Amino acid sequence: MRTSLHPGSTVYQPQPQGLKLVSSQEDNMPIELKEYDPGPFFDEMMAGKNRARPLAKEIIGLFRKMDSGELATRQDAANLAIKEMGITFTVYNENDGMIDRNWPFDIVPRIIEKHEWDRIEAGLKQRVKALNLFINDLYHEQKIIRDGVFPAEVLAESKNFRPQCVGVNPPLGVWAHICGSDLVRDADGTMYVLEDNLRVPSGVSYMLENRLVTKRVFPELFESYAPLPVDDYPTQLYEMLAALSPRNVKRPTVAVLTPGIYNSAYFEHAYLAMEMGAELVEGRDLFVDDDDCVYMRTVSGLQRVDVIYRRIDDEFMDPEAFRDDSVLGVPGLLRAWKARKVGLANAPGAGVADDKVVYAFVPEIIRYYLDEEPGIPNVPTYRCMYPEERQYVLDHLEDLVIKPANESGGYGMLIGPRSTKAERKTFAGLIKKNPRNYIAQPTLGLSTVPTVVGQCLEPRHVDLRPFILSGRKTFVTTGGLTRVALRKGSLVVNSSQGGGSKDTWIVETDN
Amino acid sequence: MLSRVAENIYWLARYVERAENTARLIRVNSHLVLDTPSGIAPGWEPLVDITGLRLQFETVEREPNERNIVRFLIGDAHNHGSILSSLAAARENCRTVREVLPRSSWEKLNELYLFAKENVQSGLTKSGRDDFLDGIISGSQQLVGLLGSVMYRDEAWHFSRIGRNLERADMTTRIIDVRSTDLFPDDMLESRSLDTLQWISVLRSMSGYQTYRRHVAIRVSRADVLDFLFHNPLFPRSFLHCISAVDDGIGKLENSGPALRGIRALKLKLRRVNVAELSQAQLHDFIDVLQLGIIDLHNSLAATYFPPELELEETG
Repeated sequence: MRTSLHPGSTVYQPQPQGLKLVSSQEDNMPIELKEYDPGPFFDEMMAGKNRARPLAKEIIGLFRKMDSGELATRQDAANLAIKEMGITFTVYNENDGMIDRNWPFDIVPRIIEKHEWDRIEAGLKQRVKALNLFINDLYHEQKIIRDGVFPAEVLAESKNFRPQCVGVNPPLGVWAHICGSDLVRDADGTMYVLEDNLRVPSGVSYMLENRLVTKRVFPELFESYAPLPVDDYPTQLYEMLAALSPRNVKRPTVAVLTPGIYNSAYFEHAYLAMEMGAELVEGRDLFVDDDDCVYMRTVSGLQRVDVIYRRIDDEFMDPEAFRDDSVLGVPGLLRAWKARKVGLANAPGAGVADDKVVYAFVPEIIRYYLDEEPGIPNVPTYRCMYPEERQYVLDHLEDLVIKPANESGGYGMLIGPRSTKAERKTFAGLIKKNPRNYIAQPTLGLSTVPTVVGQCLEPRHVDLRPFILSGRKTFVTTGGLTRVALRKGSLVVNSSQGGGSKDTWIVETDN
Repeated sequence: MLSRVAENIYWLARYVERAENTARLIRVNSHLVLDTPSGIAPGWEPLVDITGLRLQFETVEREPNERNIVRFLIGDAHNHGSILSSLAAARENCRTVREVLPRSSWEKLNELYLFAKENVQSGLTKSGRDDFLDGIISGSQQLVGLLGSVMYRDEAWHFSRIGRNLERADMTTRIIDVRSTDLFPDDMLESRSLDTLQWISVLRSMSGYQTYRRHVAIRVSRADVLDFLFHNPLFPRSFLHCISAVDDGIGKLENSGPALRGIRALKLKLRRVNVAELSQAQLHDFIDVLQLGIIDLHNSLAATYFPPELELEETG
């Protein structure tokens, strides 16, 4: 319960005698799952109307014992906890300026069995390992291009390839230290990788906070399910970063570099710095001296910084090397990194593999570098740069999702089945004009999870973003951030566009 | 500790203290107005000058009446010194230094800000005003208590203590200044008892009445109250106590030479004057001198510890 600061609000109000103290029970019906219908989609909890999957039996049983009022009460309690804990994300709106919104969260967790998760985890490690080899190759000999596995013209038009990074050998040979890969489950139950975020993926702080809130809301379920803990992440992140230190000191100075409080993920930057005991710095706090070392301005003078977890895109990171109009960055940062005087995660230029066209080649990339079959399949993807595939896309715009290569956050997409004729015409033009910039995928029937809507449970579409850390060893979060499209029928899970999130439980089962 | 972080913590502490003391200031004036026969009461307008916000007030409000002035001091978004603006600024500062402060302090401050925001309308009504002000004061005290009980005594702590006590010293002089206007002609019969009532009011507004009675004097007299509020070394809201805490905090920092010279100069100014002997007009002038001394001290702290001010390029 929230303790009010307002002294007038705790006044005891005696109940009139003779009235029964019954909350209006007529309004609070038991929760019905007979009408729960995920339609043609795979539901993570229900195998059919009123039929729970084995791993969901207990939680569904709990719902059946609750009435709808209690469900809503628990959701309200979670919302209140989020408000009080100040878990927010920032949206920028032209009329209102910066708005700090409470993090939208649904109390019903998404549950994954451990044996399935083990397979996914292995697949993610494999994928990130191959991607790091791929990035390193692109900045060195480019064998994969010479061997004809990856087309030179894709690289030539890549927006995120940084010629400034050619020939650099980052510590441990790792470029993408932190990767967030988005997974979706199709109607037949298969888990696919939808994209890999290798620039500055965000969301991990919400994964950690979601768990804290769920513990408050469903303590009774933790006893029976015992979901595997997720709170190891900040420690793993710190160790991975500390291993990049150019100096061999016991406690290297690690800093999280943020663009500032107006960034939509500022909450997360502050959160991770706090959890790691690292410094949260802005560009103006840092300074690269003539000795190529990075220093921060402190109350007792300049202090050397060993490792920077930068949450600023390449382009804005260093006005000396990249965009010279950036006021967020640190002049000379790239120079310091190339001189091996500072560790940077992710390495500049790692984003070259964060590209929807490169994505389409990841299965080939895995086979090429590791000589293994991909553990998690890609969503079938048509590459508009190839005439045959392009023609197929142009002929089937109505059935496909068209994505530009370098946008994130769900922007600049065409969802074929919901598009107008005019929109399709526009996209056909865009594709013909710059085929390399577009890929197309069949519309996936994203799986659903029961979600609180008013006083009922309704199916809503979800995806899953696990985070993979690569350093001396590789670490995968236990589960990840489950994002949910809160609007009925919607497939857009981004928090900036009406998406919310759920806690994700990896649970041991008997089979 | 980062210079920027030090500055944000310092301002965070100042803004919270400012919100609390603005609440105290409004509270003392409310009681003052209630205790004074109409026709004599100076009303609300002096608060606009005491807070140093006349210019801002005149751009947003026309009539200097009770309603407008209270609204200006409690909830006006255009008044950067209003309770709501102070708490909003404290929260923004806190947001940028969350990783340095105990997590629960952010939650407490957030709760206090939300309380102020959600109850500001009721705070503007005469019947709801006291509850609102009490909520602000107790919320701020909870935050200060929380920091005092769990915060690591590193530079972050020193900067928050310096900011809090500097602001408190400043606001103490402003609260005393409420009473510095000459209210009553000397020949008026009831002057003395009214005068006493009002000094009691000032003591109460600073939570110092009980302490004064126990440790200073049974009788409330202007001379004793002024001596207590300026020179008492043990009362935590007295000017001397506040700047001694600032002195102590600065002494724990590196490179503290210039700021220490500033604080010593301020202490000397205080020691040289026996405030009890000052007429009301002289007292008012002396308060100005102290407030200027506080500004000087702030400038020397900023020059030593805080980041250089951002030079924004002019865009054509």
